[in-house]
Amino acid sequence: MNSELSAIIESLIFTAEAALSTDRICELLNEFDRNDITYALAGLHTDYQGRGGGFELVEVAGGWQFRTRPAFHSYISRHIKTRTAKFSQSALETLAIVAYRQPVTRVEVEHLRGVDCGGILKSLLEKHLVRILGKKDIPGRPLIYGTSKEFLEIFGLKDLKSLPTLREIQALDAVPQYERQEELQLEPELSFPVEGQLPLE
Amino acid sequence: MQHHHDEHLPLLDGFHEQYSVHLDKFDGPMDLLLHLIKKNELDICDISIAVITRQYLDFIKLMKELNLEVAGDFLVMAATLLQIKSRQLLPLDDHEEDAAEEADPRTELVRRLLEYQQYKEAGMVIGARALLGREVFERTAAEPLLAAAQSVEGPLEVSLFELVDAFRLLLQRIPAESFHDVAPDDPLSIADCINEILSLLQERETVQFDDLTRGEFTRERVIVTFLALLELCRLKLIRIFQGSEHGSIWFVPAVAADPSEV
Repeated sequence: MNSELSAIIESLIFTAEAALSTDRICELLNEFDRNDITYALAGLHTDYQGRGGGFELVEVAGGWQFRTRPAFHSYISRHIKTRTAKFSQSALETLAIVAYRQPVTRVEVEHLRGVDCGGILKSLLEKHLVRILGKKDIPGRPLIYGTSKEFLEIFGLKDLKSLPTLREIQALDAVPQYERQEELQLEPELSFPVEGQLPLE
Repeated sequence: MQHHHDEHLPLLDGFHEQYSVHLDKFDGPMDLLLHLIKKNELDICDISIAVITRQYLDFIKLMKELNLEVAGDFLVMAATLLQIKSRQLLPLDDHEEDAAEEADPRTELVRRLLEYQQYKEAGMVIGARALLGREVFERTAAEPLLAAAQSVEGPLEVSLFELVDAFRLLLQRIPAESFHDVAPDDPLSIADCINEILSLLQERETVQFDDLTRGEFTRERVIVTFLALLELCRLKLIRIFQGSEHGSIWFVPAVAADPSEV
């Protein structure tokens, strides 16, 4: 373990404007071996993880960056304005479809959601979370959309592959069986008899 | 049961309250359908179209009663549900009978619902992540000085959306008065403009969008320049960069291509 190399890499990441990719680090430190660099990076990563400090070294959007731990956000937001608004369910659904199905056209997104998505796609484009990848070679030449680097940065993802797979998400849903039960108990109150009938089969 | 609403006004009040909560929750017809399926404890793969359709239509009726505009998308789904129900009631054709197993009219809807459910959950999973600028913060150096240094240091890649946006801004800057007739013997062709840009790029490494239109700032000139740039981009002869957010857009020759060959 080359501790000086670790320190050099740490200083590079610390001063970088944006996340620094492993490739870029290797380019900057061409006198070092790539394997040593990746080894040192992994070491730094675990060091910060184990340190339990206010920030950690994370890999986002294909690069390394220091970021604060989510647990402290309520303290940090006392002196730094939060600049990311919470996303609506529609926006998240649309974003999920674009992320998992890219390249995807607007019509495909709308077919899946069953509603018009023009406005949401436009606002995602403006927020740079979604980008236009090109035009599909079918009649009408519709635009095709995909997620951007900013999407990975904002959602703290290393790359698209680090998104949980749809199968994993389904598995998550299968666990909280009791939660559903709870919801069902509330149902008689919720289902107001619009036409005086309760849905009893 | 219309008298419910007309005679018992306090009841109707409760109604409003209850459903305003609900309306926020439903994010389109698929979302509403999923909710109804869950509420009735139905198996998504074997839904009772009669029950679901009735409740779905009740909901739309309610939206109308509350003077809410019912989005067309909700009506499309209502029509789909009714069509499925009517197909279930109709006897099968002779030649359809063989394929009776697969010809469950609900199949397509079930497939869409399952798929929608997946993405809805995926959206929630993504939304539950700690967001940069909200739960997580990076070490920022957003000083104007540093931002300037960054734009000197190196260009950033720009997306098509930003390029079009820059073009839109540029068009807005053109004063209305400068709109003048172009003499027919002086047509501005995209080919000429391409050559002009290429020769400029041979002289220097980078060219700014503004440089290209500086001499003659007319709508026609800007449009022709823009089209020429897009064409050059398509031919992979140039690369487009932006110095910083909302900054000037730069062009550099693509490394691989030699302009003189074209």
